[in-house]
Amino acid sequence: MAEFEVQKTQENLVYSRTKVLTDNVMHYCPGCSHGTVHKLIAEVIDEMNMQDKTIGVSPVGCAVFAYNYLDIDWAEAAHGRAPAVATAIKRLNPDKMVFTYQGDGDLAAIGTAETIHICNRGENVAIFFVNNGIYGMTGGQMAPTTLIGMKTATCPYGRDPKLHGFPYKIGNIVSQLEGTCYVTRQSVNTPAAVRKAKKAIRKAFENSLAGKGVSFVEFVGTCNSGWKMDPVAANKWMEENMIPAYPLGDLKDI
Amino acid sequence: MKEVKLMKGNEVLAEAAIRCGADAYFGYPITPQSEVMETLMEKKPWETTGMVVLQAESELASINMVYGGACCGKKVLTSSSSPGISLMCEGLTYLAGSELPCVIINVSRGGPGLGTIQPSQGDYFQATKGGGHGDYRLIVLAPNSVQEMHDFVFDAFDLAFKYRNPVMVLSDGVIGQMMEKVVLAEQRPRWTEQEIIEKCGDWALTGKTPDRKHNIITSLELDPYAFEKFNQKLVEKYNKVRENEVRYEEFMCDDADYVIVAFGSSARIGMKTMEMAREEGIKVGLLRPITLFPFPEKPIAALAERVKGFLSVELNTGQMVEDIKLAVNGKTPVEFFGRAGGAVFSPEEVYDALKEKLIK
Ligand SMILES: Cc1ncc(C[n+]2csc(CCOP(=O)(O)OP(=O)(O)O)c2C)c(N)n1
Repeated sequence: MAEFEVQKTQENLVYSRTKVLTDNVMHYCPGCSHGTVHKLIAEVIDEMNMQDKTIGVSPVGCAVFAYNYLDIDWAEAAHGRAPAVATAIKRLNPDKMVFTYQGDGDLAAIGTAETIHICNRGENVAIFFVNNGIYGMTGGQMAPTTLIGMKTATCPYGRDPKLHGFPYKIGNIVSQLEGTCYVTRQSVNTPAAVRKAKKAIRKAFENSLAGKGVSFVEFVGTCNSGWKMDPVAANKWMEENMIPAYPLGDLKDI
Repeated sequence: MKEVKLMKGNEVLAEAAIRCGADAYFGYPITPQSEVMETLMEKKPWETTGMVVLQAESELASINMVYGGACCGKKVLTSSSSPGISLMCEGLTYLAGSELPCVIINVSRGGPGLGTIQPSQGDYFQATKGGGHGDYRLIVLAPNSVQEMHDFVFDAFDLAFKYRNPVMVLSDGVIGQMMEKVVLAEQRPRWTEQEIIEKCGDWALTGKTPDRKHNIITSLELDPYAFEKFNQKLVEKYNKVRENEVRYEEFMCDDADYVIVAFGSSARIGMKTMEMAREEGIKVGLLRPITLFPFPEKPIAALAERVKGFLSVELNTGQMVEDIKLAVNGKTPVEFFGRAGGAVFSPEEVYDALKEKLIK
């Protein structure tokens, strides 16, 4: 077989990894949505030329190590407190582009008050919220977003509203608050969805720079380890169960 | 020209925060310190120095806002009273674990639980031994006058940045509510972005420029051996604090047979007791710890070699007395007198206790 070298030139370069992603190998399970969302945020920061002006706040949850993957300055917040941390960072650094990255346990259970109040104050911050319906990091316990009937380590017979209460849509709640300007629910289950999600991230960041208030971008995501499925089955299960319960699209855009 | 005013302790905290060039105050109302944020909001420092003042939705939020500001190398403070400080303890351990400089003021009141709104020193253990989880220390300053409420805000920020550690000013409802003469310092400018980069650029979140690696503020570590090393590093820092930052005052201890040990408002009452005893020819001295951590162990140990006994006088059921006993190490009797839950003793009551427990 003849050997040949591929010449990388400007003309034939169709894709390269953004410089905002570090060389670190991600710890996420294959098939997990976090990695895709990370990449999209990194690309948008790069495309906006804002690497030196972006400060991220990572959660407690699987995305706690987001700071190892995006080459920007980061604060790691206590569980649920990222919105409070981001509030101060943005108030004290109005020229910076500030965002939080949170899971459903972090944002919609332990951090509910912080979430509601950052939205109500209308801080100029972007919130990226990955809703995988489960507590990934701690090994698959019930989340506030766990679907009725869905089995987790702490509702092994399926979520029963009589025992565990109901799943709730925090996106719909924050869309009611005066301080949010953009609330949208996206996913990264198909190439088309990935492109749409990236546009939503860009819009959220641009809103924050324009001083329009909180932009809240929810990503309905998979947790194939927590759901005990292979990546393809998890994606399918999400499309058939999670997305009908958490319909995609804009809830608010002003 | 010196600016001298008659002011309330809590108002002075607000005035000192502005004048020391703080970048932000985050708080949540609670008696007996609500005047701190009220005064700040009335003064509108955002229009003069650019200082941010924000009422948070809870003390959980306010301490995490402090965390956010401190992450950026900004001078940030909060104030609260006992139940609010309990809520902040999660934030305090994260601040200590991330080595973030900041100032927390506790104008404490009677506990446990919702307790009373009257002054108390029941938060001594919480302030000096932890409160939050894990092995960490706050540097703790205990003012006993309105002047010290002013001065210690400045000192607290200096210590916080010197050691990259949260500093607590542990006051109480008496000092917060009383009015006294105070000499106000001149307005200090807030640090510029450039100054922050010079002073804190190796760790603070100032934006990742091409000339440096990205800065990360975190207290998470997966490797227990690496985290043990980090704990050891903290111990070394706290030992430096113990060596260099102990502050205390001694009154008439040179010839004293008995020494009252008291901090904050208790020390003021104890002073009166000391005078009463001296008038009757009983040689009583007083040692006032100004830093509660680091605790003035050495001066107490030195006095233990020659005095007939110590009386720890506290507005609680006996907390600092344990540290005195550790310092004295059995060399001489250490007794305790206190009142708790918001009740305050009189100098006569302290004198009676001194006679009953030590002089006999
Ligand atoms: C105060 C506190 N309580 C509980 C935990 C344990 N804990 C860590 S992550 C987590 C849940 C994370 O779930 P989620 O926010 O949905 O994120 P995911 O891991 O699924 O991405 C919990 C309960 C903690 N670290 N701190």
